[in-house]
Amino acid sequence: MIRKLTLTAAAAMLSVAAGAGLAAEGGHIHDVDFSFEGPFGTYDQMQLQRGLQVYTEVCSACHGLKFVPIRTLADEGGPALPEDQVRAYAGNFDVFDPELDDTRPATPTDHFPHSSLSNAPDLSLMAKARAGFHGPLGTGLSQLFNGIGGPEYIVNILTSYTGEEKEQAGALFYENTAFPGGWIAMPPPLSDELVEYADGHPNDVHHMAEDVAAFLMWTAEPKMMARKQAGFTAVTFLIVLSALLYLTNKRIWAPHKKAAKKAMVPPAE
Amino acid sequence: MSGIPHDHYEPKTGAEKWVHSRLPIIGLIYDTIMIPTPKNLNWMWIWGIVLAFCLALQIITGIVLVMHYTPHVDLAFASVEHIMRDVNGGHMLRYLHANGASLFFVAVYLHIFRGLFYGSYKSPREITWIIGMLIYLCMMGTAFMGYVLPWGQMSFWGATVITGLFGAIPWIGEPIQTWLLGGPAVGNPTLNRFFSLHYLLPFVIAALVVVHIWAFHSTGNNNPSGVPVRTTDKETVKKDTLTFWPYFVIKDLFALAVVLVVFFAIVGFMPNYLGHPDNYIEANPLATPAHIVPEWYFLPFYAILRCFTADVWVVIIANKLSFGIIDAKFFGVIAMFGAIVVMALVPWLDTSSVRSGRYRPMFKGFFYVFCVDFVVLTWAGAMPAEGPYPIIALIGSTYWFAYFLVILPLLGIFEKPLPQVATVEQDFIDHYGKAKEPKKGPKPVPTPAE
Repeated sequence: MIRKLTLTAAAAMLSVAAGAGLAAEGGHIHDVDFSFEGPFGTYDQMQLQRGLQVYTEVCSACHGLKFVPIRTLADEGGPALPEDQVRAYAGNFDVFDPELDDTRPATPTDHFPHSSLSNAPDLSLMAKARAGFHGPLGTGLSQLFNGIGGPEYIVNILTSYTGEEKEQAGALFYENTAFPGGWIAMPPPLSDELVEYADGHPNDVHHMAEDVAAFLMWTAEPKMMARKQAGFTAVTFLIVLSALLYLTNKRIWAPHKKAAKKAMVPPAE
Repeated sequence: MSGIPHDHYEPKTGAEKWVHSRLPIIGLIYDTIMIPTPKNLNWMWIWGIVLAFCLALQIITGIVLVMHYTPHVDLAFASVEHIMRDVNGGHMLRYLHANGASLFFVAVYLHIFRGLFYGSYKSPREITWIIGMLIYLCMMGTAFMGYVLPWGQMSFWGATVITGLFGAIPWIGEPIQTWLLGGPAVGNPTLNRFFSLHYLLPFVIAALVVVHIWAFHSTGNNNPSGVPVRTTDKETVKKDTLTFWPYFVIKDLFALAVVLVVFFAIVGFMPNYLGHPDNYIEANPLATPAHIVPEWYFLPFYAILRCFTADVWVVIIANKLSFGIIDAKFFGVIAMFGAIVVMALVPWLDTSSVRSGRYRPMFKGFFYVFCVDFVVLTWAGAMPAEGPYPIIALIGSTYWFAYFLVILPLLGIFEKPLPQVATVEQDFIDHYGKAKEPKKGPKPVPTPAE
């Protein structure tokens, strides 16, 4: 009985912790299905490449990705661009080199630049730094299958502009139903057909938002697929190990349990 | 080492005798793992192994993480990202370490509550209990300082809030706070000393664990019946006990493997579940997060800390009696540390002569409420301090103190315990004799699960 109780307590504690994550109140976030959700979810390489394109052509005007080395664009499990394309891509950015005391074109070993606008947050970890959709009551299984909600937050921010704007203290604010507080300083960055996809994928605002959100999930968690694979291997191995240990345990205890049964006085009430 | 008579190590070969006469280390290891262990231990006795595993896991992953981490306010956050992106297997190491802390606390709470139910703190195991409480305190210090190291928003603001607690102590509070922080506010000196202590304390814990094990190996394990193992001679001991190896080692390893299935599922599939999104934002002393919430394992005590606001009558009385020296903030700090102190003093607060809660009908009810209370406090600690939550936390805190300071002392006087089983052997026989019958209706006494 005590065991059941403590297990319930542990489960309750886990769900409480999820509630804590929810505590950052925000606007309305609706769920989006991504290919990388769930224990077996993987990144969609084409989507990451499209997202990279959206980031490069739109977001990078103001936002940086300072923790992301450009070379990782070639990594497997990511956008997996060919090496020469990564080199060419790096040349798009100018970085400051303290040794030259000047800027120079970036190379793949450099990181993406910092945000160029002081109030534009760096996007490297945005998909993990925002709690968006935690599902009903923030319970564990919801997050296990629906992801942490950061990419949902990004999609919702990009698609929830109402078109209203207001001026406050000399700055323009735009109404956004997904943003905590309802008014955001970022002008609506996307419009239909803003980016021309080479693969002919639909380029309306919603599709572009999903693509860039997927890309930003990758920048935040580039080793996600390796991690899930390690998790799967570990869980499988441990289940087998548990089974073997269970049988071993049963076997070594059997004579003592049998002796106990024999020793039992007949009227067992 | 053990106070229970059992077979000791006999060196047989020449080489063994040579070593044994110079350093009886093999004998020490032999006596430790061959300790006679009550055969009726149930599945709540497995958390010790899980805890030992956690300590090893944290130390090993921690040592490797340190090789790649930079304790400097300008570099710490980036170095953690370097670990996540560039270090081979670094993302697994970090997620194992971060979630390992949570597993550590899940296990320690279950271990503590097991002790509270079965009276493992009672004579002659008071020192085991006190050492355990010291380990728990060190764990809290280690976990708190470890959480500061990634230098995210919650790291920074958590450190600011918690060290601010010391500032609430009258007169000497502010100098103490400055001394702890190494400056007027949380900054580079703070990060450096926390890093140093975060590396040191686990080894202190390891040493305390050795003493903890030494202590309960001297008294022998408690068991679900609370009835002591008969120690008249080796033959009687053998009726009540089985050796730790292999019977309990294999049983514990099986339990550990099952626990690790869940642990690795969390690490592999939702490693950020127990963390805060805010901690993926680099620390910014100019921007305060909307809700500063500690990690889940501190929440019950955080709830106790916050619930004693200036309008609670005990706080008002304390304030008047102390001529204003004890304000609400200081009262909260006293209450928070007091909540742990009363738990540490439970061997002397519980007046019942019966060890196991199994034979204490009234105690059982109060204990289950106490378990629920712990969960409620955890939940209340996660909620914002507004609306109904402060009053819920206040009721929860009141029960916490009432349980230790009123209920346990009085129960020993008023409660009529049930008849206890005669021997550990009989308890084991009772359980396995009964296990064969189909389970119908409520059992008269809860028996060990296995």
